[in-house]
Amino acid sequence: MTVLLMALLGGAGAATRFVVDGWFRGRWSTRLPLATIVINTTGSLLLGFLGGALATGAIRPSVLVVAGTGFCGGYTTFSTAMVETVRLAQSGAYRRALVNAFGSLVVTVAAAALGVGLADLLLA
Amino acid sequence: MSGRPHHTDLRLVAVVAAGGAVGTLARYGLNQVLPHPAGGLPVSTLTENLLGAFLLGVLLEGLVRAGAEDRRRRVIRLGAGTGVLGGFTTWSSLALEVQQLGAGGDLRLAAAYGVGSVVLGFVTCTLGVLLAARLRRPRDAEADR
Repeated sequence: MTVLLMALLGGAGAATRFVVDGWFRGRWSTRLPLATIVINTTGSLLLGFLGGALATGAIRPSVLVVAGTGFCGGYTTFSTAMVETVRLAQSGAYRRALVNAFGSLVVTVAAAALGVGLADLLLA
Repeated sequence: MSGRPHHTDLRLVAVVAAGGAVGTLARYGLNQVLPHPAGGLPVSTLTENLLGAFLLGVLLEGLVRAGAEDRRRRVIRLGAGTGVLGGFTTWSSLALEVQQLGAGGDLRLAAAYGVGSVVLGFVTCTLGVLLAARLRRPRDAEADR
């Protein structure tokens, strides 16, 4: 049951990413693939909060599997971020490729840490 | 084919969701097969992300080289790419695992895992793009030789 729910929420996460990405691209044209950065950052914030909530005992491990492995995992994406980085490098925008890859890493790790901190603050 | 944005087409959203569920299940399965001890290198996430980046490079480059996007190619791109491979790979687990390794005091492994994921992900994705480019080389170019 947990695995089925996780798969369903993984699908919901991927669909959410598709809609957010399309909505974002329809409004802003940016030199960096900001839509993916925003998706990965918000997903990391949420997963950090869930991880922190598990550590405080506020949620059960099965909730982390369904909402974390399922939704956050399906919502965020590594493969698209890499293809976008390769495309930037292919077009000769090496600096932007570097900023995209390593900037995403720094920002998303900070977002995950913020999520853990928020869970500590609100739930502990 | 209508001119409406793809993300407002509910059938295409459903295609992405179905693919995402499959990709998420595959990621969960690999997590069970490749467990890692707390404080150790998250080999499951690393494997999923590197493999998924390679496969998405192959898929998207192959589709670009196959020609203009028709309905069938769009469903393949969104279902297998945005859905399955997007759901199979994950950035949020990578970010939380780096944070947890760092919070656990192993800053060296945290940095190596984070930077290594991005560098190797770029390499495997590039290899995927190059492989698809090689497989999809126009036939007339070969006949010229």
